[in-house]
Amino acid sequence: MPRFGQGERAGSATGEAVKAGEVGPGGWERRGRGRAWSWARGNLAFLLFSLVALTVPLYLTNSYYLSILAFFAIRLMPTIGLNLLLGQAGQISLGHAAFIGLGAYGSALLTTRWGLDPWAAVFLAALLSALVAVLIGVPALRLKGHYLAMATLGFGEIVLILLVQLKGLTGGTDGVVSIPPLELGGWSLADPRLFHVVVWSAALIMLRMALNLPRTRTGRALIALHRTEIAASSLGIDVAFHKLQVFVVSAIFASIAGSFLAHYVMFISPEGFGVTLSVLLVAGAVIGGLATVWGAVWGAGLMVLLPEVLARYNEDYTLLVFGLLVIVVMIFLPEGLAGAPARLLGLRRTLPDTVARRSQGEPVEDRGSECRS
Amino acid sequence: MPVLRVEGVTRRFGGVTAVKEVSFQVHEAQIKALIGPNGAGKTTLFNLVSAIDRPDDGRILFRNPIRTGDAQIDLARTSPHRASRAGIGRTFQHSQIFEELSVLDNVKVGRHAHGRAGLFSAFLTLPRQRREEAAAEEAARRALQRAGLGDKTEIEADSLPLGERHLLEIARALATEPGLLLLDEPAAGLNNEETERLAETVRRIRDDGVTVLLVEHDMGFVMEVSDEVVVLDYGEKIAEGSPLMIRSNPEVIRAYLGEDYLAEEEPR
Ligand SMILES: Nc1ncnc2c1ncn2[C@@H]1O[C@H](COP(=O)(O)OP(=O)(O)OP(=O)(O)O)[C@@H](O)[C@H]1O
Ligand SMILES: [Mg+2]
Repeated sequence: MPRFGQGERAGSATGEAVKAGEVGPGGWERRGRGRAWSWARGNLAFLLFSLVALTVPLYLTNSYYLSILAFFAIRLMPTIGLNLLLGQAGQISLGHAAFIGLGAYGSALLTTRWGLDPWAAVFLAALLSALVAVLIGVPALRLKGHYLAMATLGFGEIVLILLVQLKGLTGGTDGVVSIPPLELGGWSLADPRLFHVVVWSAALIMLRMALNLPRTRTGRALIALHRTEIAASSLGIDVAFHKLQVFVVSAIFASIAGSFLAHYVMFISPEGFGVTLSVLLVAGAVIGGLATVWGAVWGAGLMVLLPEVLARYNEDYTLLVFGLLVIVVMIFLPEGLAGAPARLLGLRRTLPDTVARRSQGEPVEDRGSECRS
Repeated sequence: MPVLRVEGVTRRFGGVTAVKEVSFQVHEAQIKALIGPNGAGKTTLFNLVSAIDRPDDGRILFRNPIRTGDAQIDLARTSPHRASRAGIGRTFQHSQIFEELSVLDNVKVGRHAHGRAGLFSAFLTLPRQRREEAAAEEAARRALQRAGLGDKTEIEADSLPLGERHLLEIARALATEPGLLLLDEPAAGLNNEETERLAETVRRIRDDGVTVLLVEHDMGFVMEVSDEVVVLDYGEKIAEGSPLMIRSNPEVIRAYLGEDYLAEEEPR
């Protein structure tokens, strides 16, 4: 049997080598069987969650607890965005606090300086954030992995510096005070119970939209380009466009959260929108779980509750615990907290096949140079 | 009028010239094989034709015979998603399936360019989104059927054996409705019976009017399915012709087996 191998040359790196060892796009639609059932179950979960979230003010009147829940909703919005960006499209951003900052400052300045209606300010600030996201995203999303992380980190720092340095506009480190609250049909949302319902409605809309995504043309395109941009583009997917689009959406979600925050606390200053928050958001998204959008709920909940439990708002301490949690979750709960209940109940295989296989490196066929004529 | 005209294409990687002034044509509804020893530049050429990579020199002109009226495009100057939309479909030598999706959803990704529902429709599950989803599913099932994977739709893609992974890539590429299908070593890892079935599948695809350009080391397969063969060696085209001619071409034998072998015995 003649072999073709003798003409072989060193190396056979073909531009299509697979990125080995990379964390894959979680477990979107992992199960083919029982998909209808899981869809129904997902809808039921969403309905129940919405019902509970929206009716809390009926039996909870303690304004301290209500404020924690409001912060939960506000934290949930950017986490959903990051869940889509990181979990579905596989693109990291370490600058998302800047978009929250843009939303907060946009709302604050448009209302206090230019006397705009707060809702109009929320909208315009989101538009501004979207524009900035396009400007940043076009060059940054060409980068991959660490480079994209660094680029977005740099962007976050620049925004923070601008917020501090443009004193004439932003008030510098003093921040902006007397931001008007939102209003709805003549009712002021300064009432924590009304605010609760409105902010949670907004967060739930975002959650619903995000939950709808994976089983659609766009959602599949994101999952596909996450796994392999080459194959995705060879199937007609405009990779750059889809990455930019989800980046912009996540920026808008973050911006709206910032606006809600500004109109809720009525005072903002730059220090809350730094790298610490950006990192915390990513950590929260990862701990919550990237395999499903529900991970964002777990992550945001943890981000809000943990500092309450751990001595009041000591950021460094919180970050430390979050860092440890990320490590623990990465090792023991590849699907994040969202995957924990099923895992603890033993409903899932101990290690998803793909995770196990990936940790052993990609299966690259041993293409024998054998001639089988 | 040829479907594909590769004209004087060169691609260098640093000091290595992976493809050197290669020219050939592929005609409509033909199965053409591209063969050559390891590292000859076959995959590099595929990457150039699918616009994943750009040549340093030369033109790659493509005219989709399926969608008449489509203008000719130079694949050397376009992007991969545009090449796909123009009618280039391809599979990969090293499996590039979307492992976290089901087999069916992998193929649905191939319907991407045939849908228009965007992020907004997706977020709000607008009627258009549902309509397109149903259409995509039907088309994906048909593509799986054509590739011979009709019974595996609901399986998770990452549980497919190697040979079927390649069939999945074929189905996925077929779902885009290509005019030219590029197959990079489709018979890798298949046993004789599976190879035979693959040959059948490829011929059927050709008979449906899809032009096929394939890279394969399995000479039995190449001789059986291809209408014409191009041989590359060290990036250069050293021969082109019918399978029979190629089999007895001394240049080809030398490239594959070295001078010594030629002196010793004639290969079968
Ligand atoms: N992205 C790259 N960067 C550098 N060199 C490359 C790259 N891609 C291919 N090469 C080199 O170009 C040459 C041709 O490689 P190519 O993968 O096209 O060969 P092939 O004919 O497909 O081989 P095989 O039969 O092993 O698949 C090889 O020497 C390879 O090392
Ligand atoms: Mg190759």
